[in-house]
Amino acid sequence: MRKVITAVSLALMATSFGAFAKDWKEVRFGVDASYAPFESKAPNGQLIGFDIDLGTEICARLKAKCVWVENDFDGMIPALKAKKFDGVLSSMSINEARLKEINFSAKLFNTPTRMVAKAGSGLQPTAASLKGKRVGVEQGTIQEAYAKAHWAPGGVEVVPYQNQSLVLADLASGRLDASLQDAIQADEGFLKKPEGKGFAFAGGDLNDPKTLGTGAGIGLRKEDTDLKAAIDKAIAGMLKDGTYKKIEKKYFKFDVYGK
Amino acid sequence: MIDIIQQYWKAFLWTDGYHLSGLAVTMWLLVVSIAFGFFASIPLAIARVSRSKWLSRPVWLFSYVFRGTPLYIQLLFFYTGMYSLDIVRDVDILNHFFREGYNCTILAFGLNTCAYTTEIFAGAIKATPYGEIEAGRAYGMNKFTLYRRVIIPSALRRALPAYSNEVILMLHATTVAFTATVPDILKVARDVNAATYDSFNAFGLAALIYLCITFILVALFRKAESKWLAHLRPMKA
Repeated sequence: MRKVITAVSLALMATSFGAFAKDWKEVRFGVDASYAPFESKAPNGQLIGFDIDLGTEICARLKAKCVWVENDFDGMIPALKAKKFDGVLSSMSINEARLKEINFSAKLFNTPTRMVAKAGSGLQPTAASLKGKRVGVEQGTIQEAYAKAHWAPGGVEVVPYQNQSLVLADLASGRLDASLQDAIQADEGFLKKPEGKGFAFAGGDLNDPKTLGTGAGIGLRKEDTDLKAAIDKAIAGMLKDGTYKKIEKKYFKFDVYGK
Repeated sequence: MIDIIQQYWKAFLWTDGYHLSGLAVTMWLLVVSIAFGFFASIPLAIARVSRSKWLSRPVWLFSYVFRGTPLYIQLLFFYTGMYSLDIVRDVDILNHFFREGYNCTILAFGLNTCAYTTEIFAGAIKATPYGEIEAGRAYGMNKFTLYRRVIIPSALRRALPAYSNEVILMLHATTVAFTATVPDILKVARDVNAATYDSFNAFGLAALIYLCITFILVALFRKAESKWLAHLRPMKA
C-alpha cells in the first residue's frame, strides 16, 4: 500500500513540477536478474542489487515511477528498440558495437577485468608471460576481445568458452593455465568458493578502453535524448552529493566506479 | 549481411586466424565420427543379433545407454566429467587424450552415432529375407562366408535410407561441439551475434551453410541408393 501511495504521490509531484517530468512520468527499465550482486532476486521474488538501488535513486531524482521489466540479456537491445522498456539497466558495458545500435547514459560503474591463475604460478597478464599457455575466456565478452587483440598475436592460446562456469571448471581441472574475466564475477563465483581454493588473482586490473570499454551504463534509445539528459543529470547529482558512495558501500568494499 | 560475410567468411569456412573453425571443423567432426561409427557398428550389429546372450546383451546395453541419454550430456560427461577424475589426470595417456576438447568430442560423437548405426544395421540384418540365407546355405557357405557374401552386403544396402537419416541427424548434432570448446559453424555464428547483435543474419547464415551440406549429403545418398538399391526399385510398367 505504501508503495502505491509513494508512486501516486510521486506521479502527482511529477505532474505538478519539472520540465522532463511532463514526458517521463514513468521510466521502464529492462533487467536480467541473474547477476548478483548487481541484479538478482530475493527469495520473496523482489528485485535486489546495486543496479536496482541505482535505478530507484535515479527515478526518485527524475520524479518518475520506476517499472522493472525482466528480459534475457541476449534480447535487451531488440526489446529496447521495440519499446518494451525505456532503458537497459543490467550491467551492460558500453562498447563500440552497442553504440552503433543504441545510446548510453553516463557511466554507472566500471568493474575491473583481472586474470585468475593458480596461486604462486608466477603468471602475469601479459603476452610475454603467457606465451604457449592456455587462457580461457567467455565467448562474446569484452575479456575475449581483449585477449584476442593483445595476447593471441603473441602466441598465447586463447580458448573461448560457451559460458563462464565452463571456463572456471576447466581452470579448476587444470586444462587451462589461466582465465580472464570480470574481477567481481571471479571473486564471488570462484575464488570465495571451495572449488577456487589454491587459485588467486594474477596481476592487477587491465585497462584498455578500446576492447574493455569504459564501464557500464544505462542503455537508451538514440532518439530519447531528453531522457538521457535527465538521467545523466541524476547520475552526476548522486555522485556529487555522496548518495552513490552510500549505495556502493552496501554492496562493495572497494571503488566500483573505477577509472 | 554483406558486412558480416566480408568480415567473417573465413571464420565461417575454415579459420579464425589461429585455428581451424566453422565449416572445416564441422565437416571434420562429421566425417571422423561417421567413419568410426560405421566401421565399429558392423561387428557390433552382428553381435547384437547373435543368439549368444554373452554377445548380444553387452551390445544391447551399450546402445541402450548411448541412445537413452542426450548427446549433450554424453559430451559434458566425457569433456568435463572425465577430466575431473584424478585417475584420468594421473595416467599419462588418459591425461593427454582427455585434455583436448577435440578428442572428447570425437569420442562422444563416435560412440553416439555408433550406437544408432548398430541398431539400424542390426535391424536390417534381422530383416534379411530367409530365401537369401537358404540360397547361401545351399551353396555350402559357412557362417563367415554367408555373412561376408550375402547377409552384410544385402543388409547394408537395405539400411541405406535409414542410414542417410542418421548421417544428417549427426550433422545437426555436431552443433553441441562448442560445449567442449570445439569451434564449429554455430560457434562462429554466436561470435557474429555477440559482435554485431544482428541475430537474424548471424544465425541465418549458419543455417544456410548447414542447408548446403545437407543438400550435398542428400544428393550423395540418392546416388548411392540408385546404384545399390536398384534391385529393390518398383518395376516400370
